[in-house]
Amino acid sequence: MNLAIIKYNAGNIRSVAFALERLGLSYTITDHPEEIIKADKVIFPGVGEANATMRYLKDKKLDQVIKGLRQPVLGICLGMQLLCAYSEENDTPCLGIFNEQVKKFQPHNHEKVPHMGWNSITFTESWMDSSVADKFVYFVHSYYVPVNAHTSAITEYIQPFSAALQKNNFFAVQFHPEKSADVGEKILHSFLKVT
Amino acid sequence: MLTKRIIPCLDIKDGRTVKGVNFINIRDAGDPVELGASYANQGADELVFLDIAATTENRKTFVSLVRQVARHVNIPFTVGGGISSVADVAPLLEAGADKVSINSAAVRNPQLIDDLARGFGSQFVVVAIDARKDYNQWIVHTHGGSKPTDKKLFSWAREVQDRGAGEILFTSMDHDGTKQGFAIDPLTKLNELLHVPVIASGGAGTKEHFLQAFSLGKADAALAASLFHFGELTIPDLKTYLNHSGISIRL
Repeated sequence: MNLAIIKYNAGNIRSVAFALERLGLSYTITDHPEEIIKADKVIFPGVGEANATMRYLKDKKLDQVIKGLRQPVLGICLGMQLLCAYSEENDTPCLGIFNEQVKKFQPHNHEKVPHMGWNSITFTESWMDSSVADKFVYFVHSYYVPVNAHTSAITEYIQPFSAALQKNNFFAVQFHPEKSADVGEKILHSFLKVT
Repeated sequence: MLTKRIIPCLDIKDGRTVKGVNFINIRDAGDPVELGASYANQGADELVFLDIAATTENRKTFVSLVRQVARHVNIPFTVGGGISSVADVAPLLEAGADKVSINSAAVRNPQLIDDLARGFGSQFVVVAIDARKDYNQWIVHTHGGSKPTDKKLFSWAREVQDRGAGEILFTSMDHDGTKQGFAIDPLTKLNELLHVPVIASGGAGTKEHFLQAFSLGKADAALAASLFHFGELTIPDLKTYLNHSGISIRL
């Protein structure tokens, strides 16, 4: 399988690459539109700030490339948020694959922001392996995607939010499968198996 | 439900784990990569690697170690020790570290916290605060707790948060190494004061101490070193106990 990881100014590309290596997979880290377009599957990772990242993607014309992809695409963390229509993080219009508004968590009682650590995922309707339902995965984020028609898994923190999304060939997770031990590896496998 | 985190801390010198390690089924107890992977398999929620020598010569060894850890360990890990500038951090991020921890350098130059948060995101920046109680005041210390500063724990913790730290690692120097329990009172106060997560450190000796840190101290995570390394307490035993005691934990 020809697997492309989109290279951009995001923090954890290396972690995603190492996770794929642990699964015995090879990959290309690239920002060349042709290489991304011809890949069998594309991973769009990300840790960082929405506004600067969107600007970078536009400068590199990667925004149009990502929107036009027809093969399975997996957005991770910021990658998932950027696939939505808009983010409250520095008032940023995003890619609009999912017609959702990304909102900021408001600290509540003893629940702190960022939402950092291991939390469980509940499935609604999901492309993920059923054995990972209700299991724990690792989150680090201050912004969230509300539950919507394309939500494929829900996590509760301050309020229920989308832990995973899917629409057509676009898949997305708010947590970090590459840092979520064996459960995360199963979820990466689930994405690699989708056709 | 978000779970409380258990974090083993590994002290590194010349690319090797220092302090004794008493583990069954480990070929080389000094190898930080193997030890880290073993903790991950046992259910550790995160790992911390501290470069305790942190000299220029050691730095390259440490960066290559970070790369090996990132390659082989499938849970998040923080690296710290001797980080004093934005330039020190970039190679660690590139090697695959999930977070960096800064301590003395933040006290010396608080702007470093702002710069790191802006450059890499708050989630990447852990500020470690070592404090001890002098005349009824918690005073921040640097250099492994040996040098008192003019900073007070609570106002410094607030400042660190406001400057963009994503997490605070609080060590009570009075409790560190005593195995008499974490410093619960300041922990409770920090957790009421702050909206970023707080990791409790220093003083763990028993399972009950962790329960106190979470239930009374309201800590988000608890860190220990020798207790785990010497096998006095195993992570599965600790997590089972906490779960039975009503603490939200990942099993």
